[in-house]
Amino acid sequence: MSNIPTNLKYASSHEWVCVEGDEAIVGISNHAQKELTELVFIELPKIGSELAAGDPCAVVESVKTASDIYAPVSGEVIDINDALETAPGNVNEDPYGDGWFFKVRMSNLDEVDDLLSPDDYADQVNL
Amino acid sequence: MVETQLKRTPLFDTHNALDARMVEFGGWEMPVLYSGIAQEHHAVRQAAGLFDISHMGEFLFDGPDALKFLNQLLTNDLAKLEPRQGQYTLLCQDNGGVIDDLYAYRLSDNRYLLIVNASRLETDWMWIKAQRNSKHKSLQLKMSDRSCDLAAMALQGPKAAGIIAGVFPAAVELQKNQIAELEFGSATAWASRTGYTGEDGFELIVPNEHAAALWQKLMVLGLALGLLPAGLGARDTLRTEAGYSLYGHELTSDTTPIEASLGWAVALDKPGFIGREMLAAQKQDGVSRRCIAFKMTGKSAPPREQYIIFSADGTGREIGEVTSGTQSPSLGCGIGLGYVESDHAKSGIGIEIEIRNRRFPAQVVKRPIFQKPG
Repeated sequence: MSNIPTNLKYASSHEWVCVEGDEAIVGISNHAQKELTELVFIELPKIGSELAAGDPCAVVESVKTASDIYAPVSGEVIDINDALETAPGNVNEDPYGDGWFFKVRMSNLDEVDDLLSPDDYADQVNL
Repeated sequence: MVETQLKRTPLFDTHNALDARMVEFGGWEMPVLYSGIAQEHHAVRQAAGLFDISHMGEFLFDGPDALKFLNQLLTNDLAKLEPRQGQYTLLCQDNGGVIDDLYAYRLSDNRYLLIVNASRLETDWMWIKAQRNSKHKSLQLKMSDRSCDLAAMALQGPKAAGIIAGVFPAAVELQKNQIAELEFGSATAWASRTGYTGEDGFELIVPNEHAAALWQKLMVLGLALGLLPAGLGARDTLRTEAGYSLYGHELTSDTTPIEASLGWAVALDKPGFIGREMLAAQKQDGVSRRCIAFKMTGKSAPPREQYIIFSADGTGREIGEVTSGTQSPSLGCGIGLGYVESDHAKSGIGIEIEIRNRRFPAQVVKRPIFQKPG
């Protein structure tokens, strides 16, 4: 598994974004899932809810702690990864694939430019 | 950067060689996990796990007056111990507030060993010394804090006896709560059949310089049986499933053993001890809040300490607080311990836990919260 796939953009709070037109798929990076350790519960945003970039929008819980996930871009949630309800460990096992969190119809495509490139994110996590 | 250097046990290098994730705990740098909390937890329940507990404290008491002295400081009755037997007990203030919970062993008629929590070591020792100096100077008693030169580890799980037989054959004969002094090479070690996980197991105390060798020996013996090194993360999920209190959570200087549902470790029928009057009154008159164990009954995020507990009787009023909570690896649901108003401290009663502004159903249960069938 690649640690920092080059086709994605990243937030400094460790979320990744896969841009497809005006839609963005969001998840958390391999670095993040390793730091969090095995996840036991994930709370996703509701379909239809409006997210504002930078606001907490989901919660992941490991055995020991709860952590917020922040919306990397603004927009309406159009799909969520239901499988994470019964298999939160998918995030640990496949953070860039089966471990995706939700899909957003972006309200402001310019926000993508504010995200980190794979190289910038790599610098941040010192890889 | 930390301003004061964290303390390290003699097994620090061992943990790093195993790629442990280290965290700060009570001033010590300790392993929270090696391969993963759930994996280590399951290993303890199904095979065995090995924990570094060197941060805990060891106090030795020698002399004809050791029993008399200790028995008026501790809540349980030391006089009931056979030689080489131990008991769970508490150290309390005059007002019944808990200073620490601990294990006390009668090594011989005149020799007692106390094993105390790492986070309470200094407080406990100051308290005991103060009691000695203020009231009992003339007692024939020598006391020493051996914590700095002794290391300790806990081998826990159904396979623990099979593993320990390879290094301490005599330990297999120990009954629960018994302790023996055994040889480890040129050193003397203590092995007790005790633990904090709810499984069969042993707690081993050796001089610092022999800790790494004992750890390695046990790991080699246990490898084929599924023994894993286990950290503080698994230690916490295991003890929560077992319903055991942790000082700083279920026990504080503002809680009494009666409120903590530990009245069984309070011997009101022995001669006076510090806190006896308050505890006797509480046992007689009842208390307004009690410690309970609970299980989440629907799908929810795990309960955590400081989450508020509400009644489920229609009034929806606040009745208490969670003091320990986690996702149970064995049960796959949230579990925890907490304090509630006494009328809600009954097994089977429904309650609600507030998690991020929403309330989720739970049920008060007996301890242990999880127990293997058979």
